[in-house]
Amino acid sequence: MRRSRAVEAVKRAGAAMMIIGLLAAAGLAPGYARSAEKIVVGSKAFTEGYVLGEIAAQAVEAVEAAPVTRKLGMGSTGIVFEALKSGAIDVYSDYTGTLAEAILKRPDLKSLDDIRTALMAMDLVVSGPLGFDDTYALAVKEEYAEKMDLHSIGDLKRVEGNVRGAFSYEFMDRKDGFQGMAQAYQLHLKPQNVKRMEHSLTFQAIDDGAVDVIDLYSTDAKIEKSKLRVLKDDRGYFPVYQAVWVARREFTERQPRAWQALLKLQGSISERTMIDMNAQADIQHVSFAKIAAQFLGAEAPRSQSLKSSILQRTREHLWLVGIALLFSVLVGIPLGLAAVRFHAAGQAILIASALIQTVPSLALLAFLIPLFGVGMKPALAALCMYSLLPVVLNTFTGIRSVDPKHLENGRAFGMTKSQLLFRVVLPLASPTILAGIKTATIVSIGTATLAALVGAGGYGAPIVSGLSLNDVPTILTGAVPAALMALIAYGLFELLGIALIPVGLRKQS
Amino acid sequence: MLALQGITKVFDGRTVLSDINLTVAKGATHALIGSSGSGKTTLLRITLGLIPFDKGYVKINDQALSTFSPIQWADRIGYVPQEGGLFPHINGFENVSLIARLRGWEKPKIQARVEELRKLVGLDASMLKRFPFELSGGQQQRVAIMRAAMMDPAVMLLDEPMAALDPLIRRSLQQELKDIFHRLGKTVLLVTHDLGEAVYLAEQITLLHEGRIVQTGTYGDLLLRAADPFVTAFINAQRTLPDAAAVA
Repeated sequence: MRRSRAVEAVKRAGAAMMIIGLLAAAGLAPGYARSAEKIVVGSKAFTEGYVLGEIAAQAVEAVEAAPVTRKLGMGSTGIVFEALKSGAIDVYSDYTGTLAEAILKRPDLKSLDDIRTALMAMDLVVSGPLGFDDTYALAVKEEYAEKMDLHSIGDLKRVEGNVRGAFSYEFMDRKDGFQGMAQAYQLHLKPQNVKRMEHSLTFQAIDDGAVDVIDLYSTDAKIEKSKLRVLKDDRGYFPVYQAVWVARREFTERQPRAWQALLKLQGSISERTMIDMNAQADIQHVSFAKIAAQFLGAEAPRSQSLKSSILQRTREHLWLVGIALLFSVLVGIPLGLAAVRFHAAGQAILIASALIQTVPSLALLAFLIPLFGVGMKPALAALCMYSLLPVVLNTFTGIRSVDPKHLENGRAFGMTKSQLLFRVVLPLASPTILAGIKTATIVSIGTATLAALVGAGGYGAPIVSGLSLNDVPTILTGAVPAALMALIAYGLFELLGIALIPVGLRKQS
Repeated sequence: MLALQGITKVFDGRTVLSDINLTVAKGATHALIGSSGSGKTTLLRITLGLIPFDKGYVKINDQALSTFSPIQWADRIGYVPQEGGLFPHINGFENVSLIARLRGWEKPKIQARVEELRKLVGLDASMLKRFPFELSGGQQQRVAIMRAAMMDPAVMLLDEPMAALDPLIRRSLQQELKDIFHRLGKTVLLVTHDLGEAVYLAEQITLLHEGRIVQTGTYGDLLLRAADPFVTAFINAQRTLPDAAAVA
C-alpha cells in the first residue's frame, strides 16, 4: 500500500522533526553553569539599579580580574538578594535603608556600621557609601501643587478626601513605606483612591492625569521630565538611604582586585551625577553601557549589536520553552494517563495542576528561588509547572472521550493493553493531546518573558528594562520576537498535526 | 464447532444467564436471538472471552476457552462488532491487517491474505484505501468481516450485523452475507434481536429470554412446535406489518 507507506514516512518525519527540534534546543542551551573565574554582577529592575550595575561591571572589567557576566534587572529586592545569598550573583548595589528594613528586618539599625555587622553574619560584605543618598519621596504634578497649594507631605492632609495615588508595590508593603507614612502624617486617603502599580507605570499614570500623587526615589530623573513637585518630608519620616555595594565575602576574598575596583568608587557618585545619569537613561535613552563608560571616563565597551542580542535572547527563550515543552510532554501525558486509570488519584492530579495555574507567576518564581536559586533553574521549574495543566487536562479529556467500544473491540481481537494504548487510544486522542501541547507551548512563550525577573534572560530582559525606562522601542525588541516565536510555534504545530494526527481523524474534523 | 455448555453467570447476586447450552456445528450458521435484556450481549461477551462466568464451558472444536491465552482465543474466534466497529483513524487495509501485523506476519503473506478475503467479500480494491467514514454501511460491514476472518478463525461471531443498515441495502446485503458465509465455510454465530435476519441467515435459531434458552430449532420448529407461549408471542410481535388482506 503505497499511500499508507507514505503516511508512515510522514509520521516518522514528524517524530524526527520533534526530536531534532528538542536536540537543537538542547544544543543552543546558554551555559548557565557558573565557573569559579566568572564575576557576576546583578541589579534590581529600575533605572538606577541598571546604571549602577553597569558601572560595577565595567569597573571590574577595567581591572581585568575575570570575565564579567551581567544579570541586570532582577525582579525585586527579595529576588536579587536571594541571588546574592545563593551565589548566583557576586555583587549588586543596594541602599542602607532597604538592607535594614527589607533584608535584615531590623528597622532599628540606622548606621552603616550596624548594618555591616548584621550582614557579616550572613557572609556578606558592604562597601562604604557611593556618595549619593536616595530616599523615598512623594511627588505631585507641578500644576496640581499650584492649584492645591501643596509644598509638603503634611499639606496632603487638606486634600486627603479626594487625592488619588498610585504607589509601587514595594512602597505599599514596606513598613517604612506607605503605612508608616500615613500614620506619621495622620493621612487618611480613601482606599478606593489608592492604587498599587508597577513603579515605572505610575509615571505614565500621573502624566495622564489618572492619579495625583505617586511615590518615587529622590534621584529619579523623571521628576524634571514629568514636571513633578517633590513634597517636602517636613516630619523627616523617610529614612535617608545611602547607596552601597553589597557583595559575597567569598567573592571579595577570591577576587580582591575586582572588589578594590568597586571600593574605589566609594564617595564618587554625587546626587547630581546620579540624577544626570538617570536622566540620560530615562529621557535621552542613552544605553546603560555608554552612561557607565562616560562616568568611568572610559571607552564604551562595544555594545552587543541588536541582531546578536536578539539572537542570544532567542537562544535563551527557546531553551526555556523547549525544556518546558519536553517536560510537559514527558510528564504531562503520563500524568493524564494516570488520571484516567486511577480515578481518585486522577482527580487529585487534575486539581493539583489546575491549582498551580492559579499561582501568579511572580509569586511562583519567588517560592522557587529558595529551592533553585536564581537564573535558569527557577524559571524552568515555573514554566514546567505552568505547562503541565493543558497537557494533563487534554490528555485526560482526549482519552476519556475515546469511545469505549473501540477498547472492547480491540480486546476481543486479542490486543494487549500496550497495543491498545499505542494503536488505538493514543491515536484517537492525539488531536486533543496535541492541542494541549500547543496551548502549553504558546502560553510558555508568553510566560517565559517573566524569566528575566530571576535573571534567566530571554525576550523578557528587554521588556523588563524597557518597562523600567518606560521605553517602548526597547520593550518591542523583546515583545515582537516573542510574538513572532508564538506565531511560528503555532505554524509548526499545524504541520506537526498533519504529521501526527491520523488522516482518518483529520479529514473527519 | 462452537459449544456453550452449562454457562451460568451471576452478576451482583442476580443470575443473568442460567445453564446455557448451545452447539453450532462446523460450517453451520446459528442465530442467537432475544430482545434487549435477554442476556444475549452478556453471552456474546462471555463467548469472546471478555468477561468471566461462574459455571460451564465455552469450547471451540472441543477445546475449552480456559485452556487458551486471550490472544490464542481471539485468533480462533473472528468478531464482527455492531456496525462493523472499524477503527476510525486507520484505513480499510490497516483495519483488516492490524492484528496480523501485531502478530508479526510478513508483508507478502498479509497482502495475499487481504487480497484473498477482498475477493471473497466482493469489495473493490480501492475501497481498502479509504477511511471508515468514507465507506457506506455495507462496505464497512464487509471490511469488518475481512478483519474478523483475517487470522482464519474457526468461528465467526457477528453482533447485529444488519441493525444499522437501511432496509433496501439490508435486503441486498443479506443475500451477499449468506454467500460470504458459504464461501468462508466458517462456523458462524450471529447475535440479533431481529427475527427476519435470523431466519434468513441461519439454519438454527436459539431464542433467549430472561437469561434462559426458551427454545432451539429451525424457524419451522419455533413457528409450529413452540416450546413455550413466549416463543409464539415473540414471533408474533415481530410480524408488525398487516398483510394485504387486512388492508384491502
